[in-house]
Amino acid sequence: MSSLTITGVTKRYGATVAVDDVTLHVPHGCFTTVLGPSGCGKTTLLRLVAGFLAPESGSIAFGDTVVAGDGVRPMPPQTRRVGYVPQEGALFPHLDVAANIAFGLGKGARGSDRVAEMLDLVELPADFRHRRPDELSGGQQQRVALARSLAPQPALVLLDEPFSSLDASLRGSTSRAVRRALEASNTTAVLVTHDQNEALSLADEVAVMRAGRLVQSATPSQVYLSPSDPEVAAFVGRAVVLPGTASGAHARCALGEVVLTEAAEGEVSLMIRPEQVYVDLSHDEGVRGTVDEVSYYGHDCAVQVRLDDGTPVLSRMSGVRHPSPGDTVHLRVTGLVRAYRPAAP
Amino acid sequence: MAVAVLALIPLAYVATYVVVIGPVELWQLVARPRIVELLRNTITLAAACMAATAVLGVGLAFLVERTDLPGRRVWHGLLVAPLAVPAFVNGYAWVSLDRSVHGFAGAFGVVTLSYYPLVYLPVVAMLRRLDPALEESAWSLGHSRARTFRTVVLPQLRPALLGGALLVGLHLLAEFGALSLLRFPTFTTAIYDQYGSTFNGAAATAMAGVLVLLCLVLLLADLRLRGDRRYARVGRGAARSVVPVPLGPWRLPVLATVGAVVGLAVGVPAISLVRWLVVGTSTQFPLAELTEALVATVALALAGAVVTTLAAIPVVWLAVRHRGRLSTLIERSTYVANALPGIVVGLALVVASLRLVPVVYQTATLLVAAYAILFLPRAVVTVRAGLEQAPVVLDDVAHSLGLGPIATARRVTLPLIAPSLGAGAALVFLAISTELTATLMLSPIGTRTLATEFWSASSELRYGAAAPYALLLVLVSIPATVLLMRTDGPAAQAEDGVVPGGPA
Repeated sequence: MSSLTITGVTKRYGATVAVDDVTLHVPHGCFTTVLGPSGCGKTTLLRLVAGFLAPESGSIAFGDTVVAGDGVRPMPPQTRRVGYVPQEGALFPHLDVAANIAFGLGKGARGSDRVAEMLDLVELPADFRHRRPDELSGGQQQRVALARSLAPQPALVLLDEPFSSLDASLRGSTSRAVRRALEASNTTAVLVTHDQNEALSLADEVAVMRAGRLVQSATPSQVYLSPSDPEVAAFVGRAVVLPGTASGAHARCALGEVVLTEAAEGEVSLMIRPEQVYVDLSHDEGVRGTVDEVSYYGHDCAVQVRLDDGTPVLSRMSGVRHPSPGDTVHLRVTGLVRAYRPAAP
Repeated sequence: MAVAVLALIPLAYVATYVVVIGPVELWQLVARPRIVELLRNTITLAAACMAATAVLGVGLAFLVERTDLPGRRVWHGLLVAPLAVPAFVNGYAWVSLDRSVHGFAGAFGVVTLSYYPLVYLPVVAMLRRLDPALEESAWSLGHSRARTFRTVVLPQLRPALLGGALLVGLHLLAEFGALSLLRFPTFTTAIYDQYGSTFNGAAATAMAGVLVLLCLVLLLADLRLRGDRRYARVGRGAARSVVPVPLGPWRLPVLATVGAVVGLAVGVPAISLVRWLVVGTSTQFPLAELTEALVATVALALAGAVVTTLAAIPVVWLAVRHRGRLSTLIERSTYVANALPGIVVGLALVVASLRLVPVVYQTATLLVAAYAILFLPRAVVTVRAGLEQAPVVLDDVAHSLGLGPIATARRVTLPLIAPSLGAGAALVFLAISTELTATLMLSPIGTRTLATEFWSASSELRYGAAAPYALLLVLVSIPATVLLMRTDGPAAQAEDGVVPGGPA
């Protein structure tokens, strides 16, 4: 196991820059997700680390060993010791589960304890070893694919949208099992995804990519509550962006006075998460508005409110008690609010 | 690359000839009353058969797939069965039963009965793959079953239907045995006669040029059709079956009609064959000669299958793994052979070998080369389907697990494509066993195969002596037909022009 250090890596396909000067450090044993919309270059970044592609500039190092860049001839993938889990698992269809897991091990490892150990690690029963890939569900295939990649004790594991082909309920349970297996084996791992919930709920760190560039790399809660710019804010979750006037630790906006994460002065854009907008059903405190629309999800609901001055605001509240369209409600903001300099006109 | 060059030899031969001889003399050769008559014969027969097989193929496919016709599975098997009878055997069966079956009417009837499965099979495959939701939506919008078929189903069947009909056309242009037995002269039979009497006369080559031109027209039509396939069902999952149309009072007449088609297409050849088998064996049963022919056929077919499959591997590898203009061109160039009649390939190889490498003339090597050119498309289609089952991501995973390129090929790619290599070789093997035209032209003196023995007996009107060979030819064709009937994979191949019995 080792850390991963990507320094100033760039990769072009013809005229388009797929990965643009990306610098990222994944400490030993850390689980980082790379989050971005499709086409942002995140899979290219993963393939650069795996060695299927070579960077044009910049360098990639596992621990202290440079594997690509810095004038070093790129190390071929088969000597890098990376575990690779592609979309849909890509189990070898002609081999059974045990042979798949033992594929990267030496000869005679098929019946060894290592296979049993790996099955146990990914929480699959031991009698699965003789099953064929087409006898497994999608989630089970992904677990076997992870076991196969972990069996030769790789330096790090790369997962390329491993859960995107699973249905919603399977996705949750499979991803949690994968996370536990990676934690138990103390493996450095990078997972690429376009799914915000997956990225936030699984990882120690989230690296957000946009158009080939790495725009923010931080803990999930920092990325969610304190995104580096309004675009990241909108990509990571729903956001209410309001113009406001800041003076020191406070700012005024259509939702009244809010407390800022960092002191600011003058005209600012304020990013407020819908969960921070509290809908008061019983008191008259806060800014008055009328409910336009209610989307009820069971565990919670999204309430679209039009303030008396016409500003639309989205609130997310518990589904236990909620208003109906046409109701008059009062809104106020809880928690800290991130302020941005408005984009130059 | 070398494979593509080999595949293009026949085309190059015809093209070179046309250039060398010059336009004036060529025109004199082509613009003769005899050629005009052949052209009219060939085109009218091709057009009539394509239309008849299209109607028969779609009609039968609809009855079997979309109505409550009793015993639909059995009928399906019987309706595909004519594929197992090479057209020249079918022609022999009819003409030996009733000498009045000949000329245009005879040729039209026999060839249609032999080739309608080429339309029927892809149309059935398409009907099975069609999303029933399409038809259900049309009904819910107030269309009747008949109107739904016309406005929704038929347009979806278009690629399968046209593809099948074009295939019938190509087979017909290449057909030699059946038409020769039925005494209906077309280009192919005339070329063979010319070749036999004057040996490589300029006239034979000029006719080959016209024939190739006709074939290329059909091939281009086929390629255009394929380029525009946006009909396939999107999304996977088990397709539900559609509620069948009740036939009601039409049940018996329809059943009788389907029965009549099967009777004519399968029953008549079977009866004729059995009859001559009885007659033939009562006089003599040439076991030694039969065995000799069988051994020679198997040896040639085995060699041809191995060579053809090996030649297909690099073509497929380039086409699947290194997509590009050049690799597509190479793959396509092998498809041209799909449209080349065995007669042209035979003629071209005779001339090319005499001019360039006289040592191979009259050897098995040349014959195997002809087989490779003729049947490369089948091997390519099958092997290609196999390699597409081995996606590059598996190679990536193997590399990440520490395997170099050679170990990856040995442990991942080869095991995955092995079944398709086997299937491809088997298809080629069976096709070669029943190939007639090129075998007649190129087989070394003294080599007797099932096809050549059958031919010499039946063209000398020794119908009884021909019967055991005909039976063996049919038996050899059965496995390929069965392979083809297992719809999913192989039926899709039928759309791609892989059909046993092939141009004969």
